[in-house]
Amino acid sequence: MSGGPGRRFAVGPALPLLPFLLFVLVFLVVPTLTVVLGAFQDEDGRPTLGNLDALTSEAALTALRGSLVLSASTAVIGAVLGAVLAYLIVSMPAQSLLRRATLAVSGVLAQFGGVVLAFAWIATIGPVGVVTQAVADLLGADLYGDGWLFGLPGLVVVYSYFQIPLMVIVFTPAFDGLRPQWREAAVNLGASTWTYWRYVALPLLTPPFLGALLLLFANAFAAYATAAVLVSQGQPIVPLLIRQAITSEVLLGQANVGYALAFEMIVVVTVVMVGYSLLLRRAARWMR
Amino acid sequence: MATLAAAAGCAAPEKESDTTTESGVDAASATSAEDFGGMDELVKAAQDEGTLNVIALPPDWANYGEVISTFEDKYDIEVSSDQPDAASQDEINAANDLKGTDRAPDVFDLGQSVALANTDLFAPYQVETWDDIPDEFKDPDGTWVNDYGGYMSIGYDSSVVPDVTSVADLMKPEFKGKVALNGDPTQAGAAFSGVMMAAIANGGSADDIAPGVDFFADLKKAGNFLTVDPDSTTIEQGTTPVVIDWDYLGAAAAANVDTWKTVVPEEAVVAGYYFQAINADAPHPAAARLWQEFLYSDEGQNLWLKGGARPVRGDAMAEAGTIDEELWGALPEVTGEPVIPTDEQTVTAGEYLAANWSKAIR
Repeated sequence: MSGGPGRRFAVGPALPLLPFLLFVLVFLVVPTLTVVLGAFQDEDGRPTLGNLDALTSEAALTALRGSLVLSASTAVIGAVLGAVLAYLIVSMPAQSLLRRATLAVSGVLAQFGGVVLAFAWIATIGPVGVVTQAVADLLGADLYGDGWLFGLPGLVVVYSYFQIPLMVIVFTPAFDGLRPQWREAAVNLGASTWTYWRYVALPLLTPPFLGALLLLFANAFAAYATAAVLVSQGQPIVPLLIRQAITSEVLLGQANVGYALAFEMIVVVTVVMVGYSLLLRRAARWMR
Repeated sequence: MATLAAAAGCAAPEKESDTTTESGVDAASATSAEDFGGMDELVKAAQDEGTLNVIALPPDWANYGEVISTFEDKYDIEVSSDQPDAASQDEINAANDLKGTDRAPDVFDLGQSVALANTDLFAPYQVETWDDIPDEFKDPDGTWVNDYGGYMSIGYDSSVVPDVTSVADLMKPEFKGKVALNGDPTQAGAAFSGVMMAAIANGGSADDIAPGVDFFADLKKAGNFLTVDPDSTTIEQGTTPVVIDWDYLGAAAAANVDTWKTVVPEEAVVAGYYFQAINADAPHPAAARLWQEFLYSDEGQNLWLKGGARPVRGDAMAEAGTIDEELWGALPEVTGEPVIPTDEQTVTAGEYLAANWSKAIR
């Protein structure tokens, strides 16, 4: 290893990267290849396009539409409300207790997903939830309705619960990056508040905002556990349809359709990523 | 000297554990207790292994909690119960994924279609009480054996809703937001049979499940269908006051909710049996076989009965007087010829459900 005098092919500096590269290989490259290969094979490992055909079934298209609607709507809801909240937070004095508390709570809630979150909502506004019963007793209104919590509308509400705080976490640094000097400079040059925001702040915030929007989209697109607990009937989103493909006791031999569905998800995320990078290039053009 | 499990010949040989017992019996290929030299030898061989891996056995399903603890106490063998709430296909996936490790499941308890699609994974074995099991409930070689069965039923909390006598009752306004089905019928066998029951009650048949899907669509439209996955917890909480499920699961609920009643609607009697099998690659082949002997013994069968399930030897035991008469008489009454869908009918109905269920309950 200590090699020749020239050390022309020094691997030493790259060595610390090795664990990371291994990690990427095991947890990204191999699974992706498995999914892509599986999507084009039948049960016996012969090449086929039949699985892709299954993606055009009504159930699969409905699930894809559901996933896109859910991810896009909760990304927009989360990004807008989260950005507003982040703005309010950075407007507070740096040492403010409220500011620190809000950030800390956001940090916790952004990670509060999965089974626990689903149960929390069921216990709150489920058919016999605490709030449902209180509202029924006090106002005589039926909050539970016909079970909206256990379908796509319920998922939008529950996902927003972790999307908004996640936005706060990732977007607060962007606000913090706006130097007061820039505003002072703009004001000195005769800018009104509006022109400052229009020509200085918003262009600066746009790229990180779009980046956060994409992160939120991907976060909701791939989330599984919350939906798995909440939704037990029908498969409104793709991850749940994949569950059906690999665990069903009724429809057997669907494992490769599961691969095809996962492949479809990879394609969607790739398209969104490419779109994002194009957008970002436009948005950040003047900064170069 | 060591005889490797022939069935597992393709696994990496150095990983393959020696399944030969001290007395020189290859446990993994034994097809009866006699192959071990009798029950005592089988017990000894199983105790040498010390552990039994089971999977997907919920403690409140057919009394499996007590079945497991009784087996542990009786034979001093530790039962490692993995993923109690998993589905049948998960059992097969686990067997494939964990193949060659000592964590693979030793035995399976499977729904019909999953069992019949995977018979090449099973090791044939005939328990000592083999002759008591009716022919239609077992594979001639003992590759699989039905273990317990039941009827699709409507369980309900009689303190919350009026008495139920037929499937059509569920459409009444008193049942608004209260009727749950145990799982999604495109995934869970129990839910599948629930839709089958609704189909038969509404002029369908084992060949035509469409009227059942239409019934649930109407139920959903009426606001009566509750899309919550019911289990013993939701029943106790009162979240799911009416549950369409196997009658033995209703019996389990009644143990905790005094006012819980279970009815098998006489116009739509749908029966179903579960399938018991030994993993051909079982890491504890002797314990797996002892488990079978225990399940099909009078004691094991009565324990299932205690959970409200109908053990497969029930009729023979009733004749021999070894059944728990009180429990046997307490099972929900069933009249009429039960419908048991064939594998083919299940596949056809499953395809119809895959295409139409999501739409129906949207």
